[in-house]
Amino acid sequence: MTPSYDAVLSESVTLAGHGGDPIEGYLARPLAPGPAPGVVVIHHMPGYDFDAKQITRTFAVQGYSALCPNLYWRDAPGASPDDAAAKVRAEGGEPDDRCIGDVLGAARYLRGLANAGGKVGVIGFCSGGRQAYLIGCSTDEVDAVVSCYGGRVVAGPEDLTPRRPVAPLELTAQLHCPLLGLFGAEDANPSPEHRARIEEELRRHGKDFELHSFDGAGHSFLQHDRPAYRPEAAARAYELIFDFFGRHLGPPAFAPAG
Amino acid sequence: MCTYLTEHVALSGSAKGQLGWFPVSTASVYFDHPFDAPFEHALCIDVLDPASGPAARVAVELDPAAARALAEAILATLASAESMGALSAH
Repeated sequence: MTPSYDAVLSESVTLAGHGGDPIEGYLARPLAPGPAPGVVVIHHMPGYDFDAKQITRTFAVQGYSALCPNLYWRDAPGASPDDAAAKVRAEGGEPDDRCIGDVLGAARYLRGLANAGGKVGVIGFCSGGRQAYLIGCSTDEVDAVVSCYGGRVVAGPEDLTPRRPVAPLELTAQLHCPLLGLFGAEDANPSPEHRARIEEELRRHGKDFELHSFDGAGHSFLQHDRPAYRPEAAARAYELIFDFFGRHLGPPAFAPAG
Repeated sequence: MCTYLTEHVALSGSAKGQLGWFPVSTASVYFDHPFDAPFEHALCIDVLDPASGPAARVAVELDPAAARALAEAILATLASAESMGALSAH
């Protein structure tokens, strides 16, 4: 008996982002005939870094075509991830409209792959979690959204900026796809109170959603190279993520890795 | 959380980073997720020359107590220099 075929390819690519701008992205995809569902990975505030690429490869190993657009490419092409993130952070962060455009560009890229299954999900971490929620409310081109400890989904007027002019919670009525939210019970933003507000709003609008909180976990509990990493919570979170995407994006291209 | 709490300060002087010495024109001071320090949030200082690109940056990430101690040390040193008359040329 021979091993099952599970080859993947990971590489840097250029994709058309917001406004048709060419931006860098990291693509990881199964080399199987498919069909393979797509996942756009929105990197966290610290940037398009090793962790973001590792997450992208993880989806490929599990049978998804995954693409992580470098949201900071225009601001600091070729810079190290932390230098690029520092520049963008100092300027107030990634503008929402540009982020939405870049993620849509990544979704369209994935749909254009020869073995694409047709459905594309979005997953975001930290500030990316907020952006994932926002994107689910801003377009009908994504089929499922996962928001991992997305802070400032709930935001007051004092939190809004020209680059981030809206609290995603206020757009919940327009969420058109299923949403999975993952929270650390000890996180300050999103706090348990924020999670309750989000749940109330999703329920009020009759949305298809699942929210899970992890005791003993705070912000960034999925980030393996930070003190906040919680291995048991992270393992369970990924079980939930793959189950959710499996139900809403269709089966992966090959049997999940062990 | 991502706080985006930032103070920008105009500077004049020099800093030494991965590019060697470079002239500095500004600093960003913020309390937010650090890249490397083992804390959820840190007092971060980026000393920059934006005209030379993002790599013209010297970055420091400190816990709040260390940041306060540094600020106090900076002020104490300047006070001592002033008392010695060493700041009269500036």
